[in-house]
Amino acid sequence: MDVPGVFPEPLPPQVFTTGAQLLDLTDKKLVIVLRDGRKLIGTLRSYDQYANLVLQDTIERLYSKNLYADVPRGCYIVRGENVLLLGEIDLDKEDDTPLKQATVDEIYDAQRAENAYKKQREKKKAKKLHSLGFEAENELIL
Amino acid sequence: MLFFSFFKTLVDHEVTIELKNDLSIRGTLKSVDQFLNIKLDEIQVVDEVKYPHLSAVKNVFIRGSVVRYVHLPANAVDTTLLEDATRREAAAQANKAK
Repeated sequence: MDVPGVFPEPLPPQVFTTGAQLLDLTDKKLVIVLRDGRKLIGTLRSYDQYANLVLQDTIERLYSKNLYADVPRGCYIVRGENVLLLGEIDLDKEDDTPLKQATVDEIYDAQRAENAYKKQREKKKAKKLHSLGFEAENELIL
Repeated sequence: MLFFSFFKTLVDHEVTIELKNDLSIRGTLKSVDQFLNIKLDEIQVVDEVKYPHLSAVKNVFIRGSVVRYVHLPANAVDTTLLEDATRREAAAQANKAK
């Protein structure tokens, strides 16, 4: 339990539980970032202490530089271990992002170009390191 | 439990959370729980251009398991008190083991 003397005035304990934290976010429009980098936007309908989540009317939003695209996905149950963070979307600020909406295919193309560029840069770097005597143990998969 | 208590003393202070995916978020600490899940208010992403998906987000819940570092305001940490508490907890643990 709490070590005596660490804090002078104990606050009501129910504030400091996973449930209380997520209760504020239920029925709100949230962006959920998953461990694999996916961004889901939906309404939080239920949860438990592991941050397992139930999302309704979910869309997946894809990003590439200043473009984004939405893919309708529907209802999700997300296992808690895959959740990075939940962010409450400010509905006033939502529409004035500098991003432009694009089609899914445009995003895929842009992402592919981006990945190819990154891969090339990694290759160059590995080559240079190799010439200096550093050996890459395994190829970077990202 | 010590760090849970410790983080509770930091509520309403400005902290920066660095996640395991290198994303850094600065904000006001609003809540923490036993898993060290953290709730931040009035957030600001440190490298906003690189992470546009959080530009319209005002508060976040961060799962404790994905946190790498929490940058604390130095003046909000009473190190002597923390040292005392650590020793007391260690002593309590040792007693329990006997």
